[in-house]
Amino acid sequence: MENNETRKELKVTAIGNGSVIDHIPAENVFQVIRILNLEAFSDMVLFATNLESQKMGKKGIIKISNKFFRPDEINKIALVAPTATLIIIRDFKVAEKKKVEVPDTVEKIVKCFNPNCITNHENVSTRFTVIDKGDLRLQCHYCEKVTSGKSISFL
Amino acid sequence: MKNKSLVSINDFTREEQIRILDLAEEFEKKPTQKILQDFVVATLFFEPSTRTRLSFESAASRLGAKVIGFSEPGSTSVQKGESLRDTIRTVSNYSDIIVMRHPKEGSARFASEVADVPIINAGDGANQHPTQTLLDMFSIRKTQGTLDNLNVAFVGDLKYGRTVHSLVMALTNYNTTFHLVSPESLKLPSIVKMHIKEKNLTYYQYTDILEVIPEVDILYMTRIQKERFSDPIEYEQVKNSYTLRNPMLENAKPNMRILHPLPRVNEITIDVDENPMAYYFTQALNGVYVRQALLATILGVK
Ligand SMILES: [Zn+2]
Repeated sequence: MENNETRKELKVTAIGNGSVIDHIPAENVFQVIRILNLEAFSDMVLFATNLESQKMGKKGIIKISNKFFRPDEINKIALVAPTATLIIIRDFKVAEKKKVEVPDTVEKIVKCFNPNCITNHENVSTRFTVIDKGDLRLQCHYCEKVTSGKSISFL
Repeated sequence: MKNKSLVSINDFTREEQIRILDLAEEFEKKPTQKILQDFVVATLFFEPSTRTRLSFESAASRLGAKVIGFSEPGSTSVQKGESLRDTIRTVSNYSDIIVMRHPKEGSARFASEVADVPIINAGDGANQHPTQTLLDMFSIRKTQGTLDNLNVAFVGDLKYGRTVHSLVMALTNYNTTFHLVSPESLKLPSIVKMHIKEKNLTYYQYTDILEVIPEVDILYMTRIQKERFSDPIEYEQVKNSYTLRNPMLENAKPNMRILHPLPRVNEITIDVDENPMAYYFTQALNGVYVRQALLATILGVK
């Protein structure tokens, strides 16, 4: 089984060292790239979307060479891709594999849905406390309103 | 508590809130004390609120502080497009504490993060108005002799009224039983009700104000604004059924007192004013003592 899995991942060019984010919902691959600011990354970044997946129908995958994210960085992904798996590759081998987790706080990446919030009028970084990880409810540190579900949008 | 900003009522613990109320009682006995002569208090009103501003300025003046600031942004650099960040940084060079009111929610929290001096939030949009909450608590304790184990009714717009949300949250620390009276479309938001449940307290919901009057120690009235209704006919119906008239008070407990954050429009008729249960004008006066207590505490003089 494990062998099979490894081989499937190799369909997209393998990386020697770095991180693989697998099982991203196909439509959210570009959002993940944006959240992790991979446009600005200087080493190799490979991505594919609309790959067939037995579990998910269609999925996306991103491979980033020589990059090992901090857990808080990687947990941001959970906001757009709660199904994602993070795989650490060392020497072409899977060194570690885990599911992403919704973080306790979310900084800078989410927009407050409240049009009258100061963060939508002044140059202020947004900050939220995650008050419900399951339903994804984020309470704004500034206006104290809750942004959730469909009203979550990314900066 | 010295140098501690007050942005949201929850910034102060229950003990800190009580300390402010105790000190406010001292100022009620002796309102004029020149203990802040060496201090400058800035009052920045990015939207006008004469009532709140005068209450703060009266509090500062009775303590001998100098007051600087503006009552509306009209003729200031704010009007010329200066950022809130820059205005706050500049004013914190000129003052020892900033009292601010601003139309945007979260503005006071943001100001407290960029200012070198403490901030007192005098209202940030629809979000928080913690000095109103403290003066409400002071008024409740004053009229009932305690904050504990009371039956408190909130009447009117419980959905949008920030005054109601903050006071409900604060009272959950005192084993309050809540009686919530509102039209169906203006019920207390579920997030606030969740806080009541978290503390294992009880609330009851009503649409008829007459049902609660015999039950409660405090009747907290609020204004229902026309803008909240898409249907003007619904507003007219609601407006009349949530108006308090003197004959309605016949079955009230003798200790019951009526509070209202003012200004009132037509939710309490003027014949109620002469009833000894009417407390709303004294409630407004209590605001000065509470603000004196806050200024003196945060500036580290008391
Ligand atoms: Zn906000």
